[in-house]
Amino acid sequence: MSHALIQIRNLSKRFHTPSGTVHAVDDVSFDIPRGSITGLVGESGSGKTTLGRTLLRLVEPSGGQIRFDGTDITSLPNAKMRDMRRRMQIIFQDPMSSLNPRLKVGDLIAEGLRAYGIGNRAERRDRVAALLDEVGLSADHMDRYPHAFSGGQRQRIGIARALALEPEFIVADESVSALDVSIQAQVLNLLLDLREKRNLTMLFIAHDLSVVNYLCDQVAVLYLGRLMEIGPAGAIHKTPAHPYTRALNSAIPLPDPRAARDRTPLQGDIPSQLNPPSGCVFRTRCPHAAPICAAGSPGAHPVGPDHQSYCKRTEKLYGHDVAAAHT
Amino acid sequence: MAAASTAMAPPSFRNLLFQRPAAVVALVVFVLIVAACFLLPMLGLTEIGGMSVRKRLTPPGAEYWLGADAFGRDVLGRLLVAGQTSLGIGLGVAVISSAVGILIGLVAGFFRRLDTPLSRVIDAMMAFPDILLALSLVAIFGGTMMNVILALSVVYAPRIARIVRASTLVIRELPYVEAARALGTRTPTIMVTHVLRNIMSPILVQATFIFAYAMLAEAGLSFLGVGVDPRTPTWGIMVNEGRQYIDTAFFLILFPGAAIALSVLSLQIVGDGLRDALDPRLAKET
Repeated sequence: MSHALIQIRNLSKRFHTPSGTVHAVDDVSFDIPRGSITGLVGESGSGKTTLGRTLLRLVEPSGGQIRFDGTDITSLPNAKMRDMRRRMQIIFQDPMSSLNPRLKVGDLIAEGLRAYGIGNRAERRDRVAALLDEVGLSADHMDRYPHAFSGGQRQRIGIARALALEPEFIVADESVSALDVSIQAQVLNLLLDLREKRNLTMLFIAHDLSVVNYLCDQVAVLYLGRLMEIGPAGAIHKTPAHPYTRALNSAIPLPDPRAARDRTPLQGDIPSQLNPPSGCVFRTRCPHAAPICAAGSPGAHPVGPDHQSYCKRTEKLYGHDVAAAHT
Repeated sequence: MAAASTAMAPPSFRNLLFQRPAAVVALVVFVLIVAACFLLPMLGLTEIGGMSVRKRLTPPGAEYWLGADAFGRDVLGRLLVAGQTSLGIGLGVAVISSAVGILIGLVAGFFRRLDTPLSRVIDAMMAFPDILLALSLVAIFGGTMMNVILALSVVYAPRIARIVRASTLVIRELPYVEAARALGTRTPTIMVTHVLRNIMSPILVQATFIFAYAMLAEAGLSFLGVGVDPRTPTWGIMVNEGRQYIDTAFFLILFPGAAIALSVLSLQIVGDGLRDALDPRLAKET
């Protein structure tokens, strides 16, 4: 098998603030296979947005490596990086503030084409019309301003803009969180269609595990900037091998309120990133924390095919569950 | 808050402006002043006339509507020609200080490393009293119209720069700027299409005020005798000349003084109206 499109190795991002250093992303490594949708989940402040930005070098990483299609992009000079940028794009959370209110929709979508000097005016207009059509809007919308559109339509404009340069990789940063549930489903299906048609690779950042389960092939769980668990979406959903993933899963609302389920709600707040707990950063809120969790960071523990848990006690806690699932 | 307002629909500010009758009246007054100053002398409807000892200090009447000055010249004709210089200086200062201020403000707001040095220079310049700084600059470089414009632009550019810098700092962090960077748009293009376009309204409002301040400052400089060459009439120079005859021919300072007051006042009201129209947060309840 050829290498994954994106390979992340020991990636870190530190922010220096007056009150100390924040480790927004700390020593994260995983692969995003070509043509797959990888979900990145975590609470607010878990560093998932920073990680997504870092992959496009919209935020400069402090350490580690990102390889895009085999090329290490962390050390690329800006001019070379600009050539790479065409191949990767981002769709934002807020469909209003991510569109310049003073530009017409046609100019918004054509921005990337203009930046790279692709086509002349007429060709760009044709291209924009085709893109609008592809995301379910009409070519007549080109000469209107973004405020004339609903949230879902604006998100479609954002998607069309990201697709204009025909990228291979898209980071969707909470791209449906700001939308109504019914609109969410439409936009999610649009993303799935586009993935199919254009063979896109996506990193889908979300805090909602049910959306991620619907959409993704692989799921990575982030907590306080550290990876907690990564694995195939099915395994993460059915046999999660990390106490944090279990807690997140148990927070998904079910359609049947009487359904029996084991709930392990998390106590307390996410700790300060200025002063994260020693050892496993989750131990202060973990229902299964033991003395060994405080000593040294938990390495990757393989629990299944392409499935790793960053919990020292994973074998003891979930070994039988996971084993049962594989037999 | 700031993010919300910049994300707002571009206001159709013609509608908003015309909901404010005071601003419209002020705009009409100002346009009339400009038109009178530039059109009437050009059409030959007024003339300054030669000097005439017999007619000196004639009070306003049928022959000279606004009277004649100490040399027997028509005050009305001079007033209009002087207005061309005064208005020209105001406009020149508004345009040049805006251009310079936009450039400095965008650079200070966009490039963090340059922000501190530029901001300190701006602060230092704003700490000088306006008229004193302009006065020294004109005294050093000489009193030509261009030097007065440049000196006053140096005085007022920091005001624009400050506004531009503050707005740039807000807009720079908005997702659409990040999107532009992800799309490969180069920094100068981002600064113009994404930042400048979204802060044109506060700049326009401030430029209107600077137009008015500059006319006042020019009058002050001329009155103090360090403005443009006294052979070029401006309203300030006319007030200065009339000062000597204040007890015998009051009208000599009345009319140029009124011209200054009327144009500055109307510009300020237009500026206020523009600010209200362009900033929905200040919108009046109707």
